[in-house]
Amino acid sequence: MNVAANRSHPGDIAPGAGVDAAASAAPYPMLVIDAEGRVTRHNAAASAVLPDLRSGTAAAGAVPPWLAEPVDGAEVRGRIGERLFAAHPTALEDGSTAWWLVDDTEYRLAVDELAVERERAQFLIEASNALLSTLNPERCMEVAARLAAKHLADAAVVVAPAIGRRLPMTLCARGGPVERRAIAVDPERVPGLEEALRGFPPVPSRWIDPGSAPEWLMPKGFGGVGSVAITPLPGHGVPAGALVLLRTSNHAGFSESEEEFAALFAARVGAAMSAARLYAEQASITDVLMRELLPPRLRQIEGVELASGYRPAGDSARVGGDFYDIHLTEGAGTATRALVALGDVCGKGLEAAVITGKIRNTLHALLPMADDHHRMLSMLNRALVTSDHTRFATLVLASIARIGPHVCLQLTSAGHPAPLIVRRDGGVEEAQTSGSLVGVLPEVQSATAHTTLAPGETCLLFTDGIPEAKGGPMGDELFGVARLKRALGECAGMPAEAVVERVQMLAAQWVGEGKHDDMALIAITAPRGTHLTAVDGTTAGRYTA
Amino acid sequence: MTAPTATPPSPERPADGGSVPFMPGARAGGVPPERTEETGPWVEKLWSAAASGDEYAALDTVRSALASGLDTETVLLDVIGAVQHRVGVEWAANRMSVADEHAATAINDRAIASLPPHRIPDRAHGRVTVACVDGEWHALPARLLAEVLRLRGWHVDYLGAQVPSPHLITHLHRTGADVVALSGSLPTRLPTAHAAITACQAVGASVIVGGAAFGPGGRYAGRLGVQGWAPDARSAADLLSAGLAAPGAAHQVTDDLPHLSDQEYTLVKRSARQLVRHTFSALAERFPAMAAYDEEQRERTAEDLAHIVDFLCAALYVDDVGLFTGFLAWTADILTARGVPAASLLPSLDLLEEQLRDFPRTRDLLAHGHRALTEKIAADGTGQGKPV
Repeated sequence: MNVAANRSHPGDIAPGAGVDAAASAAPYPMLVIDAEGRVTRHNAAASAVLPDLRSGTAAAGAVPPWLAEPVDGAEVRGRIGERLFAAHPTALEDGSTAWWLVDDTEYRLAVDELAVERERAQFLIEASNALLSTLNPERCMEVAARLAAKHLADAAVVVAPAIGRRLPMTLCARGGPVERRAIAVDPERVPGLEEALRGFPPVPSRWIDPGSAPEWLMPKGFGGVGSVAITPLPGHGVPAGALVLLRTSNHAGFSESEEEFAALFAARVGAAMSAARLYAEQASITDVLMRELLPPRLRQIEGVELASGYRPAGDSARVGGDFYDIHLTEGAGTATRALVALGDVCGKGLEAAVITGKIRNTLHALLPMADDHHRMLSMLNRALVTSDHTRFATLVLASIARIGPHVCLQLTSAGHPAPLIVRRDGGVEEAQTSGSLVGVLPEVQSATAHTTLAPGETCLLFTDGIPEAKGGPMGDELFGVARLKRALGECAGMPAEAVVERVQMLAAQWVGEGKHDDMALIAITAPRGTHLTAVDGTTAGRYTA
Repeated sequence: MTAPTATPPSPERPADGGSVPFMPGARAGGVPPERTEETGPWVEKLWSAAASGDEYAALDTVRSALASGLDTETVLLDVIGAVQHRVGVEWAANRMSVADEHAATAINDRAIASLPPHRIPDRAHGRVTVACVDGEWHALPARLLAEVLRLRGWHVDYLGAQVPSPHLITHLHRTGADVVALSGSLPTRLPTAHAAITACQAVGASVIVGGAAFGPGGRYAGRLGVQGWAPDARSAADLLSAGLAAPGAAHQVTDDLPHLSDQEYTLVKRSARQLVRHTFSALAERFPAMAAYDEEQRERTAEDLAHIVDFLCAALYVDDVGLFTGFLAWTADILTARGVPAASLLPSLDLLEEQLRDFPRTRDLLAHGHRALTEKIAADGTGQGKPV
């Protein structure tokens, strides 16, 4: 019984006849090459693999070159015919080397396949992350083209469904920049493209003649297309486009498994592009609807400074229940007149914003009676009381007239915090106006205040979101009207924008990271320095302080 | 024991540290634009117009500067930018009131608006969104950058001050901007800034940041994983032209700042207002004279405490002692300029240390702060009435 022959390690072979017999019958190919490069022995298994082996003749020619030289006793690997072998050398005492060959073709294939699968899984994760994170259609195409060019082909083109006659596409060669094109071309000229764009199953790559790929389907400077694969991008019910993969003629064509994998990737790209397109469509619809609800840009009036600030309650909201508007009105004499309205609808968010839109429209229609605030509020009240929704609102109206350097104001509050007026000396007054809110009682009551702003003085209209802002250093105090008045006391002589910015900033800092209600404010300021002479653009004018 | 009147801030104190145009770091990192023979006189003229609130004189100055041959970028950065820098310096030295500061800034803003219109964006340049960090009100540096980028042919969307991160991200989805430039002056907004940076990168935009918030030499910027930092608008524009790296894969904030997993930032931040309340009442116990404070003095004392705690949280967030000691040194200067002994800050630090003993990183920050402040007071000789 020979123990050594049962051992797995070939290095343990001890000299002896039993060993020879065991070696000859061993299931693994074995051959011995001496120091002169001659094959001195080999077993039957070796002959089966290397049929040209003859003991006593030179190994060169009979064994593959990678087996010729032992490297520090380390195993070597290589191919014999179709199979892959690991060759384990053992140095023998007489200076020759015994080689044991192990066929590990299946193992190696499995390892390679595993590596490919891992790489693919990794790539799909990377692709999903990158594609999921963007809701912009162009960027989505860009990400898809770049990823495909990096992992799937030498160049990739993402083609979106045609817009009119133009075919939008994003192209990228491996390692190159991303190009965008939108050209009037006929996708039918490329076999497989038209089908993919219409959502038909993909045409196998081997059916597509690489010579038929037109110039416009290649990134700049990409020459010599060797193979083309075109995969549809499945969308939400409708095709989202097509993915075109290009390989140069130096590379092998697309294998079936590669095409299958490209389809997996394309499914993700299609879903992402559809989501992005849906988002873009929704966003543009929202934009159109929102345009009427967003606070307007203030129109400047000669000789009067106006500035406004608006901050909706939620960080993600753009509109809320606070509103303001400004209208130029027919004024008597030479004085420019304007009507400013600022108010607060009970409720928050989009629903409240829709009511603010109605109120703003109603006020606009009532402009001819802008001089008579009480009448205006009565009509508005009637309109709100008789409408279906059970909302009510508080608001303040300000009619503005300019007389010389002074600004005359007519102020009426309808259940709203009274406007505050900052005098030049830093004194802060509450406008003496009061009235009932609109939208509840059949009749409204109101008392209008009249006041004049001297240069450098400001009247501030605001919604209760500012005095009711909760926070402060201790976190639980209201900002309050007293604090607002104190802050305004420092604002004498400031431009309107600076007053608004100052108050907004203090309120925002007071709130910190806490919750708050909508906040809206408008500053009406009589400018401090009034232009006396016309300036022609080259000479300095004269000013009063 | 202190002369108790020295402990509270005097009524001349600014009501809020947040209105401060340049916070710590600005002194070390905010280099004023270089003055040349060409720009110097215009800076002086615009400064006096802005400081006196004379809008027309300001606009005339800008017009004349352009007519004299200065190019628009120079007027923007080396004239208007220089004046704005001076506004911050003058405020810190108590030579300018908060109201004057706002008025001067508003006038500078109008001066920018009066500059000649821009050329049409060059398609070769990308699209860039310029915005201020949420809670950031000092929009002028961002505005200057936006204008410079437009001058250089970029397609710029300028979102202005105080941009909530959800708005910023929605905007990026809509426009597909390649780059976001974020501006911030307050280090206390760094956690918010970091969340915004991470969100921008997740949607595929590269981020460049600037402003005193990001520390001297942009020290904190690197920790927040940005693609670029620039000390001023001109270098920011140069950096953008050179091309920024693409943002990495979407990640969590703790990937950038692994120390956050010790939860110290979370715990201190969550109890911030309680800390202020508790420290305030403990101060009142130790200094009976605080009972005589009027409402405004009490509020300012509380605001001081809130600032200390906010900066402590920011320092914990980026794990940087210099952020906290820098803030204390800067506050000491501000107090001294307003006649309040800087030593009045020390008892608050002691009281905070007593409450936060369980947090090693926090305790370390407070100890460093205490030491730095004590050394500064000794060096400046401003520590009259040293407390217990």
